[in-house]
Amino acid sequence: MLRVAVVRFPGSNCDWDTYHAVAGAGADARFVWHRDTDLQQAEVVILPGGFSYGDYLRSGAIARFSPVMQAVQKHAAAGGAVLGICNGFQILCEAQLLPGALVRNDRLTFVSRPVWVRVERTDTFCTSAYTRGTEMRIPVAHGDGCYVADDDTLRLLEAEGRVVLRYTRGENPNGSVADIAGVCNPAGTVVGFMPHPERYADPVTGSDVGAGFFRSIAAWLPGGTARSTT
Amino acid sequence: MTAAAPVTRASSFPGERPVTLDVVREHNLTASEFDRIVAMLGRTPTLTELGVFSALWSEHCSYKHSKPVLKRFPTTGPQVVQGPGENAGVLRLPNGWAVAFKIESHNHPSAVEPYQGAATGVGGILRDVFTMGARPVAVLNSLRFGPLSEPRNRYLFAGVVRGVGDYGNCIGVPTLGGEVGFAEGYSGNPLVNAMCVGILRESDLATARAHGVGNVLLNVGAKTGRDGIHGASFASEELSEKSEARRPQVQVGDPFTEKLLLEASLELITSKLIVAIQDMGAAGLTSSSAEMAARGGVGVEIDTGLVPTREAGMTPYEILLSESQERMLVVAEPHQVAAIQAVCRKWELDATPIGHVTDDGLFRVKHHGLTVAEIPGQPLVDDCPVYTPNAREGAAAIARRKARPRRAARVDADEALEALLDTPSIASKRWVYEQYDSTVQASTVLGPGGDAGVLRVATEPFALAVSVDCNNRLVGLDPYEGGKATVAEAARNVACTGAEPLGITDCLNFGNPEKPEVFFQFREACRGISDACVAFGTPVTGGNVSFYNESPTGAVDPTPTVGMVGLLRRAEDRVPSHFRAVGDRIVIVGSSEGAMGGSAYWAELCDFIGGAAPRVDLEHETRLQQFLVAAAAARLLRSAHDCSEGGLAVALAEAAIGGPYADRGFGAVADLRTYAPALSAIEALYGEDQGRVVLSVAPAALPGLRAMLTRHGLQGYLAGEVRAPGGELEIVLPEGVHRWPVDRLRAVYDDAIPRRMRGISTDRPEA
Repeated sequence: MLRVAVVRFPGSNCDWDTYHAVAGAGADARFVWHRDTDLQQAEVVILPGGFSYGDYLRSGAIARFSPVMQAVQKHAAAGGAVLGICNGFQILCEAQLLPGALVRNDRLTFVSRPVWVRVERTDTFCTSAYTRGTEMRIPVAHGDGCYVADDDTLRLLEAEGRVVLRYTRGENPNGSVADIAGVCNPAGTVVGFMPHPERYADPVTGSDVGAGFFRSIAAWLPGGTARSTT
Repeated sequence: MTAAAPVTRASSFPGERPVTLDVVREHNLTASEFDRIVAMLGRTPTLTELGVFSALWSEHCSYKHSKPVLKRFPTTGPQVVQGPGENAGVLRLPNGWAVAFKIESHNHPSAVEPYQGAATGVGGILRDVFTMGARPVAVLNSLRFGPLSEPRNRYLFAGVVRGVGDYGNCIGVPTLGGEVGFAEGYSGNPLVNAMCVGILRESDLATARAHGVGNVLLNVGAKTGRDGIHGASFASEELSEKSEARRPQVQVGDPFTEKLLLEASLELITSKLIVAIQDMGAAGLTSSSAEMAARGGVGVEIDTGLVPTREAGMTPYEILLSESQERMLVVAEPHQVAAIQAVCRKWELDATPIGHVTDDGLFRVKHHGLTVAEIPGQPLVDDCPVYTPNAREGAAAIARRKARPRRAARVDADEALEALLDTPSIASKRWVYEQYDSTVQASTVLGPGGDAGVLRVATEPFALAVSVDCNNRLVGLDPYEGGKATVAEAARNVACTGAEPLGITDCLNFGNPEKPEVFFQFREACRGISDACVAFGTPVTGGNVSFYNESPTGAVDPTPTVGMVGLLRRAEDRVPSHFRAVGDRIVIVGSSEGAMGGSAYWAELCDFIGGAAPRVDLEHETRLQQFLVAAAAARLLRSAHDCSEGGLAVALAEAAIGGPYADRGFGAVADLRTYAPALSAIEALYGEDQGRVVLSVAPAALPGLRAMLTRHGLQGYLAGEVRAPGGELEIVLPEGVHRWPVDRLRAVYDDAIPRRMRGISTDRPEA
């Protein structure tokens, strides 16, 4: 069974939601505390949403210095899979595991609602269960979700197909450049996005369209492509 | 005043002012209350002691004007695990689970500092719930402001919403619903009521009852500063021009520390490391320690010199009365202290021993060894004088019920619907709830924008429905019927989702109780709430009284807010509020006599608040609730929506407009020619008779629905059907047909608040 470490920072608040979504997809979910440097041989590390360390400086700015992030850096450098959701995406950008930055929403207020996103890339460890171009509605809930990057970086991201999720036309909730909702590193092994698929992983919450991200992870073959799900 | 021999001894803290009658008045204590204190102590109190009395004998802590009335609330039932008197009420759920919930006001702090006032209001109510051992799973709020045409009201509204959001969002508790109203009476004195709902295993229930002589008192969480000193007394006086000077007394919230405190507290409780725990809320260390001791019938001794402070040189008086946020008082056996400190360290918190439980029944405070307060503990908490003020309905209030509007509405019957949907009190609250995280915890079954929020409980099949309501216009017009109507609406909202109403918490916001007309409103509204709760079998499990909601322009409308919790046996049976499929039949349950008294139509379009309030038939309401629950369980309903403000036309429009994220609204036709043939168009469309719901039902389910209605002694009126998206809402009356394009209604409904709030900053009042 594929092992997934869900990192808990003080202030993480989607830790349990993520844990349940991972376990529900059939993977072996484990919590890893922010002071730990042992990732328990996990094949995939997830940085969940929340307000790590209160986000009082910049979202994710303090978390990047935590002991566990040294282990995550090493894991990523060795080609290990890392997913950052919302605050986790902010941390990955602060830690320079992903390019660009997430700044205050253009409307300056927190925004919480389901938004339409399109899956632009399906050959990553967390999107393989979807077909390219799939559009789905998933909740966002953030104050600092406006993705920005310099022009060279943007050109590179588009040229290399590293935009993993994009808000569909008219749905961009935060002013992100090029409607970008999520990106990945060149190898596709580090992925970050703002929407919360773990909140739409069970039909009783109104929709389970987000469960595919966790099914992708559970079916992933480290070092290879997606495991056959049949 | 005559003093017997001193029963206790205490010394003035060096530099403290002597206690004179002026100092007593500054502390909001009357001469006769002071006499009682002197008699109790057998001597003049020290300033520190006077501060302690002023906090515990404030209206906010002592309920001195409300106790006799509150005693009449029904508080028992087979589902009650914990009634009033603890930090929160607790009701039993299936399979060993329980729900802890409470509502509380933070009106005065929010009036002078909306962002922090609202944020710390949320923080306080969260702590009340997790000190019971419950994990907070939902926050709701009930807000009232003056009209948005006034810049200051827009500033207060924006700041409060941002404050509520930032706190709940950061800590990771979804805001599942609430209500917002706007009326002239709240212009100088907004109301900010926050409710929290938490889930626990019944076996993990914690209490705030100190016991075990020699047990240690620990201060857990944030350091104590000079913020919020005298907050409890501030909450117990009228607002005035001088209130602005109180701004430095408003506490500052830190949701990150609160999140750590939440996790640490739950870990301490579930690992059974502690004896008792209480939030340091209003009146801080004073009330938490004195109340915990009194509940346990023991004494306590604290050394304020041991309390970690943010700044040097704080006096015992300041430390005792500080309302710094994110602090808990814990009682534990001495051998557990090290283990408790280890848990707290893991969550980056301090846990500092500051005192112990004694057997002498005294509330004793030392500061580095010097005894600065020594007061008999039980009398300190229990012997505050209780007042039963005169209650007399004002002549103007009586006359208002017999009056009729002096002018016609400014628009015709068709335009009235748009005008009402454009009224901020009725319009979509998306502008508000999209600033609140409503889906964190991944348990939201029905989010904001419907009749009630619904959330699942762990992996159990059942779910909870939660709602807050108050029809302040009806309460103002007729406090007794209005009190009944408020509970009935909350119960109906919960029942519309398919959940069985279980119990309530209330937040009773009124003016100065020493005024006979205000006390009349209070007493009668509470009588209405009691009668409704008895009829519905929904006991009152606790709450909060907020008096002195007065500004120089007068008292607020009486606003007894009711928070209701209901049990939905199977989460997947939940019934949304909006139409869902073309061809579904529209059924109205409940009859109409065209009740215009207190209606939104008269208030908003004729500038008239008056007329006879509709009578609430509690027996009918009970049957209606039971029918809704049974029909949901039998899966007969596609949607169910309460008919309240704005009457049937607004209820039909809201159901047709659809939920906040529907692609497009549905068309609908409702033929009311035989529903209430004797009524005028205005009465039929906008009358606010109680006890009504609008249902949509699949055609195949109609026979089952009819049988279910008959079984509950109710009549349903088959009014029409749901039509294709993009169509019209068509209401047929004896005098003609009324038509509105639903897309247009939706645009008006959605934009009513945003268009009034465009460009509003929360940073400072507009010039």
